[in-house]
Amino acid sequence: MAEEYWRWTESRWTDLGLSWKGGEIITAGVDVGSVSSQAVIMVDSRLYAYANTRTGSDSPNSAINVMNWALEDTDGLTLDKIQYTVGTGYGRVNVPFAQRAVTEIACHARGANFMYGPTVRTILDMGGQDCKAIHCDDKGKVTNFLMNDKCAAGTGRGMEVFADLLKVSINDMGELSLQVEEEPPPVSSTCVVFAKSEASGLLRAGWPKEKVLAAYSSAMVHRVVSLLERIGLEEDFAITGGIAKNKGVVLRLEKELGVKALEPKYDTQIAGALGAALFAKALVEKEKGKKK
Amino acid sequence: MIANYGYKDGSGDFFITIDTDKCDGCGACVEACPAQAFEVGEDPNDPLREDPAAFIVEAVRKKLKYACARCKPVTDRPPLPCVQACPAEAISHSW
Repeated sequence: MAEEYWRWTESRWTDLGLSWKGGEIITAGVDVGSVSSQAVIMVDSRLYAYANTRTGSDSPNSAINVMNWALEDTDGLTLDKIQYTVGTGYGRVNVPFAQRAVTEIACHARGANFMYGPTVRTILDMGGQDCKAIHCDDKGKVTNFLMNDKCAAGTGRGMEVFADLLKVSINDMGELSLQVEEEPPPVSSTCVVFAKSEASGLLRAGWPKEKVLAAYSSAMVHRVVSLLERIGLEEDFAITGGIAKNKGVVLRLEKELGVKALEPKYDTQIAGALGAALFAKALVEKEKGKKK
Repeated sequence: MIANYGYKDGSGDFFITIDTDKCDGCGACVEACPAQAFEVGEDPNDPLREDPAAFIVEAVRKKLKYACARCKPVTDRPPLPCVQACPAEAISHSW
């Protein structure tokens, strides 16, 4: 069977130093995207556990699958003990156990504010099938946003196409793209479909994989920068989403923008789900406040 | 909040920008748009906002170029109905 190069690594994590049993407000956020799904569990204001999986073809069950995985290794925490769940992402209507759905822009800003701190002002989310540029304030409230989900250029899907074409595992693409002595000119087509054809031509002309990857990463960065320029770049700057794990794209992006992105301390793909869990907490507190 | 609804593709950038800080949900844009691209309701990107706000209908967002085409002839372009209708001047177009 042919190896599937586009299969990026799934992950889960629990903060073993925390116990959910003493927590007052336990909430969850589930981000169901077209490429990946995440579930994040928060205990009061602390990140307790998360899981990050490929959505795959089982999208209607993606939410419960990723939630169940997040609940593993949580010292007996079960879904019924979670007070409020917020669903977000492309498939947010497919989170049957969520009390509410919140759009991903708002969730990403909140999530990035938690992950990177209150100094973050510009967030670039490079997701599976979309790209978002978001401005937020010190509380993670959105002040300006722009999303492009019509075009695959600058998205994970584009990377998957190239992983398959070059027969390079998607996890290794970033590092490999940096193994060039001289930076080649970027691929001229903005469209992933035409970029793929162009790349095939370059391979036939004798270009090594690293060089083709470098050229494609450059083109992707130009694409994304033009989106970001529409709303402007205000520091501090942070990148979320799967492509934030691609060192080749991140370094080229920083170079093009002349700004260094904040160093991620958490899995960059959980921003949406994390923001959703934070919204869930805010909504629980709001309800409690109304009852008083 | 500056909300940019639309997309970018190989043919260009097509975004309608609504400044929700200026918008009070009056609905003049909903009436003015011949393509029914606007709606007023719960702000889709600000779940904690109390007042209603205008936004571009989801079904139209990725077809803006075509939805807005009738108001944007190649020559002798009159002022855009949505931009003119908004008393708070909260609406602008990127093309």
